[in-house]
Amino acid sequence: MNIQSNAMTESSIRPQGMPAAISAARAMYWSIRRELWENRSIYLVPLAVAGVALFGFCLSSFVGIWEEPLRLNPAQPQAPYELAAGLMMLTGIVVSVFYCLDALYGERRDRSILLWKSLPVSDLITVLAKASIPLFVLPLIVFTVTLATQWIMLLLSSAVVLASGMSVGELWRNLSIIPMWLLLLYHFVTAHVLWPYPVYCWLLLVSGWARRAVFLWAALPVLVIGGFERMTFHTLHFAEIVGGHLIGNAPVMDMAPGSMGLDPLTTHVTVGRFISSPGLWIGLALSAVFLAAAVRLRRNQEPI
Amino acid sequence: MSVIEARGLRKAFGATVALDGIDLRIEEGRILGLIGPNGAGKSTALNAILGLTQYEGQLRILGRDPWNERDLLMRDVCFIADVAVLPRWARVSQLLDYVAGVHPRFDRAKAAGFLAKTSIRHGSRVRELSKGMVTQLHLALVMAIDARLLVLDEPTLGLDILYRKQFYDSLLNDYFDHNRTIVVATHQVEEIEHVVTDVMFIDRGRIVFDRSMEELETRYLEVMVRPEKVGAARALKPMHERQAIGGSILLFNGVDRQQLAALGDIRTPSIADVFVAVIGNQHGQAQGAAQ
Repeated sequence: MNIQSNAMTESSIRPQGMPAAISAARAMYWSIRRELWENRSIYLVPLAVAGVALFGFCLSSFVGIWEEPLRLNPAQPQAPYELAAGLMMLTGIVVSVFYCLDALYGERRDRSILLWKSLPVSDLITVLAKASIPLFVLPLIVFTVTLATQWIMLLLSSAVVLASGMSVGELWRNLSIIPMWLLLLYHFVTAHVLWPYPVYCWLLLVSGWARRAVFLWAALPVLVIGGFERMTFHTLHFAEIVGGHLIGNAPVMDMAPGSMGLDPLTTHVTVGRFISSPGLWIGLALSAVFLAAAVRLRRNQEPI
Repeated sequence: MSVIEARGLRKAFGATVALDGIDLRIEEGRILGLIGPNGAGKSTALNAILGLTQYEGQLRILGRDPWNERDLLMRDVCFIADVAVLPRWARVSQLLDYVAGVHPRFDRAKAAGFLAKTSIRHGSRVRELSKGMVTQLHLALVMAIDARLLVLDEPTLGLDILYRKQFYDSLLNDYFDHNRTIVVATHQVEEIEHVVTDVMFIDRGRIVFDRSMEELETRYLEVMVRPEKVGAARALKPMHERQAIGGSILLFNGVDRQQLAALGDIRTPSIADVFVAVIGNQHGQAQGAAQ
């Protein structure tokens, strides 16, 4: 009854028949789009790095200026693909760090937080939209660009191999591209998305709190705790843990020494070890705490 | 239901009291001018109304608790803080897309219609627009939202006179109707003189004056008194006295019009005159008490 009468008053006040509410999913979608408008580096930087990687690959394939391991070798073709993937992973880390440092700071610095807060989007949705960039959006972009890059590399090297009269079959067999991509996906999601996520969430939290010098404030605990630990116990465990999470030094696979783990023949994934490592779960719990704190903080934040 | 209802609204920043127990009730269809010196608590009051700051006391906006329900409240409330809040990186079309995406009561065609009357192009970025154009853009966005309460905090700060005039003209002609309520805080008293239906003065966190414009115009009278009649005029207890060429100007509250006409030329005081009288007296009393 109540609902009905409310609906009737609603429609009598709003003859245009506009919906009274917007779903959380829709608010989320538009909030993520606005992040992509504001931070074009999320897709431009991976594309630019991929372009550079392809350019370097062309030089090595056609001109052959690089050292032996990177030169086109149908018997051992992984090296340049691993290098390109590694470069893209590194790009993902760098872009995530810069994005998170600015995410909740930029809107306060340019006062646009007053515009965003004048619209019916909750602080929770806004913070989750920002937190989803290093969790979903950027990984998706980096992974897609990596696959596209490697695919173009494969086509280029096939052309070179064909032109030199060697067998393309050997190259494709030795590269085993589909297992390589599955391995890459696994490595990427575990070591470069889930493992460093608490670090990204920490940066988001500090970006919502600091009035200036976000990076210094974010690094301060590492410096203080790390310095204290170094002086007292002469160890560097804390800094190693934080750094290890950031660069993706996670127990996700066993691989041959010197390899980057993209060769399915020499690499063995250790899903069980990853899933059962306390580092993963403590990290994810901390991520949730940091995000919850960031939501609370944004409620009270004014422009700086 | 009142649009805004506050009882004992209080907010302190450390030892500084920004709002010192405000009681307030604003009905639908009014345009309230909130006027006060710098640091009087205008912005704090508006921030509390908009759910941007926590407060003590009771506050209901359209029946909602603004601090805990800001996102719901913003379906029915719009605000323009000042001209500099539109993000400089955004394109006009992106802002239209975004607001259309997240606001259930935004009419994109209406916003485009308002923009068509300006020289703002949809492909421009905010950073390429002049300050006046940014205000036009923000106003176009806000006027296309079918909201019940519009809050403006110094909306014309830093604009030239053409844009300022246009701003209030658009609001009155293209936006305001009797289902809507507008609260505007400013210290540009003259420019809202003919816009507002109610006036409220706020000073040091308290409301010191709260009248409708009709009341202001009927109760308050200013008389230009020649020097020889000043004594007689002062006996009628003016609120305020100031010197002018050829005599004194005395401001009276609730004194009979006929009686005053005998003393000199009568005119209706501007909001600014009443403001100076009320706030000046407040400060005078405060100083007197301190001494």
